[in-house]
Amino acid sequence: MRLVISFLAGGLFGAGLHLSGMTNTAKVQGWLDVFGDWDPTLAFVMGGAMIPMGLAWLATRYRKSALSGTAFPPPPSTTIDMRLVLGSVFFGTGWGLVGLCPGPVLAALSYGGAGVWIFLAAMIAGMGVAPKIIDRMERAMPA
Amino acid sequence: MDWIWGLIGGLLIGTGGAVYLLGNGWIMGASGIIGGLVDGSGRSTRKERLVFLAGVIAIPAVLSLIFGRVDTNLTANWPLLLIAGLLVGVGTRIANGCTSGHGVCGMSRLSLRGFAATAVYILAGGISLLIFRHVLGVI
Repeated sequence: MRLVISFLAGGLFGAGLHLSGMTNTAKVQGWLDVFGDWDPTLAFVMGGAMIPMGLAWLATRYRKSALSGTAFPPPPSTTIDMRLVLGSVFFGTGWGLVGLCPGPVLAALSYGGAGVWIFLAAMIAGMGVAPKIIDRMERAMPA
Repeated sequence: MDWIWGLIGGLLIGTGGAVYLLGNGWIMGASGIIGGLVDGSGRSTRKERLVFLAGVIAIPAVLSLIFGRVDTNLTANWPLLLIAGLLVGVGTRIANGCTSGHGVCGMSRLSLRGFAATAVYILAGGISLLIFRHVLGVI
């Protein structure tokens, strides 16, 4: 059952990214580029996504566990640390440079051409070295 | 008309996240799902992760075959793609999340970290465009 749910969730996520225009990097960069030809689409995507997701979080209060029997995630941490800020600065900078982030790069993989594959390869490489960087950060700045 | 498609797509994205949370009990974060496969931290849920990613790739492939493809307008500048991909890969793992995990899933549960991360990566994205597009003119 978990596999069916995973595929269904992935499919809905992919369909949403595709139909919303989020695989079009011009729209993503257009949202970030307040000094250029500003494009508000991303706000509608984010706002639209928060509605069913917010309802789902509400529903978790009234259920003991997920359908699969797994416990729901614990309440979120409230610690805003260096990792969160620095990581988000790196991510945002790369996101702005080409207009791709981890979801849309996969949604566009079948039709986006070589550039999407190059970005994906570099992203995977980055994810591969990240644990080493995190390790160094935590040794330099113990929590 | 673009905003209507944005809203429809957003609702689908959120429904995907809702299905993942209520069905499997997990937070739908693209960078976490991919990253766990890359660094091995998600070994115990490898199959679920792969099947999720297959859905993310396959459904847009089918939709683009039926309704025509979306133009990605992606840059053809290879070095730029490599640098951006590295930054996105490293950054999302250091921050423990991206637009789906911190943005959609985090903010919808009023997570402080979700709001903080989203504010920072949007601001960084805006500054990135300001510098590289408007000041340096390289993108």
